[in-house]
Amino acid sequence: MDFALLHDAFWGLTFDGLALGAIYALISLGYTLVYGVLRLINFAHSEVFMIGTFSALVASGIMGVKVEDDPRTGWNMIFTLLICLVAAMLASGITAVLVEIVAYRRLRQRGATKLATLISAIGVSISLVELFRIITDSLPREFPRIMDKTFLFSYAGADIRNDKVIVIIAAGLMMFALERFISKSRYGKGIRAVSMDENTATLMGVNINKVITVTFLAGGLMAGAAAFFYILVYENTSFKVGFFLGISAFTAAVLGGIGNLKGALFGGFVLGILETYTSAVFGTAWKAVISFLILVLVLLIKPTGLFGESIQQARV
Amino acid sequence: MADKKNRYNIRDHAATYWENSPKWRRVSMSIAFIAFFYALPFLNNPLVNTPGSDFQSVLFYPVGMYVLMAIGLNIVVGKSGLLDLGYVAFFAIGAYTMAILGTHTALNFWEILPIGIALSMVAGVLLGTPTLRLRGDYLAIVTLGFGEIVRIVAVNIEAIGGPRGIAGIPTPPDLFKAKFTILDPKPYYWVLLTFTLLVIWMVRRMAARRPGRAWDAIRQDDDVAQLMGVNTLKYKVWAFVLGAAVAGAGGVLYASQILSIVPDQFNLNVSILILACVVFGGIGNLWGVILGAALLAFTPERIRFLSQPRILVFGIALVVMMNLRPDGILPKKKREHFDPNWKSVEESGEGEIK
Repeated sequence: MDFALLHDAFWGLTFDGLALGAIYALISLGYTLVYGVLRLINFAHSEVFMIGTFSALVASGIMGVKVEDDPRTGWNMIFTLLICLVAAMLASGITAVLVEIVAYRRLRQRGATKLATLISAIGVSISLVELFRIITDSLPREFPRIMDKTFLFSYAGADIRNDKVIVIIAAGLMMFALERFISKSRYGKGIRAVSMDENTATLMGVNINKVITVTFLAGGLMAGAAAFFYILVYENTSFKVGFFLGISAFTAAVLGGIGNLKGALFGGFVLGILETYTSAVFGTAWKAVISFLILVLVLLIKPTGLFGESIQQARV
Repeated sequence: MADKKNRYNIRDHAATYWENSPKWRRVSMSIAFIAFFYALPFLNNPLVNTPGSDFQSVLFYPVGMYVLMAIGLNIVVGKSGLLDLGYVAFFAIGAYTMAILGTHTALNFWEILPIGIALSMVAGVLLGTPTLRLRGDYLAIVTLGFGEIVRIVAVNIEAIGGPRGIAGIPTPPDLFKAKFTILDPKPYYWVLLTFTLLVIWMVRRMAARRPGRAWDAIRQDDDVAQLMGVNTLKYKVWAFVLGAAVAGAGGVLYASQILSIVPDQFNLNVSILILACVVFGGIGNLWGVILGAALLAFTPERIRFLSQPRILVFGIALVVMMNLRPDGILPKKKREHFDPNWKSVEESGEGEIK
């Protein structure tokens, strides 16, 4: 145990935790949106994220970025970064929609049990992981450094690195956009209506299939953005990257109260910071154990998560 | 309503035939059935043999072991409707009990077996009592976390071998002239089959008595069950603990056969595969679960000649199967679905797993 490290590097750890938390929060939005509408855990969501990381990698390759190159500068850099971001978001969004069509739609229309749907989603998840394991030959892949990583400034001994600042700000913007979309747009209202009461929403003329597709698309886009930010900060990916991030992001969603957008954000940041602190104190090996214990404690004291459940209540 | 489509339900037809059979036919069929499974290792048929791996070993692990664990998990998921995604944890506790006690003490397999089962049950109580108050989906994530935690703890504690695990686990002593060696999986298979038959017997007895009725009530509606005076928490914990005991017994036997264990054998994929066995075969129906587990454990071994893409094929098969038969290969009797509102109650459901 190393409390001295936590004490000395407190602000640096907090900052790192925020960047990690932003990624968790973006992924957990996908879990929470799907849960709000379908009342199901989307088991393939971690693979939606994984495909996003690989798409960013492919996009960087198409843009001619190589691992041994010097980082790019100016507009060239911004353009390359944006292309990678868009590629990751599109790929993840499309994957999420396809997952819904393949794993969920038919079972939903037949009124299958939750467990049957869960297994079908697990099947998709296994297939995608295996597909990428075969494609990548079980090897991790390195992401080239597009952007020069420099320290912007220091605060209380913490070096604030530019890529993490970008991640936190961009993630914040994404979440704001999603929040606007859910509360103002036509489909956002549809999502809220379906999460309140599916049957009544259908009677009121909501096209439930479209709403569910849009829900998966929105969750996929957020996971794609998370995938790009992840690969930007950590600079590598592999076929199993989705697994632990997926579990942590789901924990974050439950922590905040699954089905609740603000809860997912809050849960993501809290979990990111707590994981960073605990890995400083107990070592990274125990990170997952500590966050699990935190989750159990929260659930025992407040079983609906910190913010309570359901999309509609948080928005009205 | 799916019921009105009048799909051919093998389960109901078989059950009717069984119920209408005289006692001598039932007894002789059961004996023939059990004898067939005891003789299974000697079967050498090109249809079922497994190119690339030893058929007798495959019968013990994964096929027999998955069947045993699927039956155990079916008590939790199928009978009482609690979604447990960390079932492998209990298997790991059983295996580690065998490994630690077997290498550090003079106790033999048969003495360690009850200890392993007891420890798994204690873990079940410790995990179950606080978490079974939670709603279904939270239970899923907590059990999923627990499964991973047990593995991570095993990796991080050097005293029990850390990531290298424990090697040199002793084999069970000879029993009725059968020698337990690494080279011959047959005696292990027979012990496993005996375990499985005992568990089947136990589950069938339980299902017909008070716990079985309580589990049915809890699965169909937790709140109503509680209102009707069922001590739901008690029976949920019981289901959890019984499931844990079955996995613990499996773990002890597995460790004594495989001789060395590493924590990574007990990863989340095992839990998910066993859950897939339960749902694939027909959730809640014992025979369906057994068939599902046998098929899911056997298929990847049978198609081992595909080597690389076999898990991919397995994943696709899961999706296709669930889309074609969402209730599993052998669904549970439709008898309890008589209420015309049943489906709509489920659709508006408040998150409990049916």
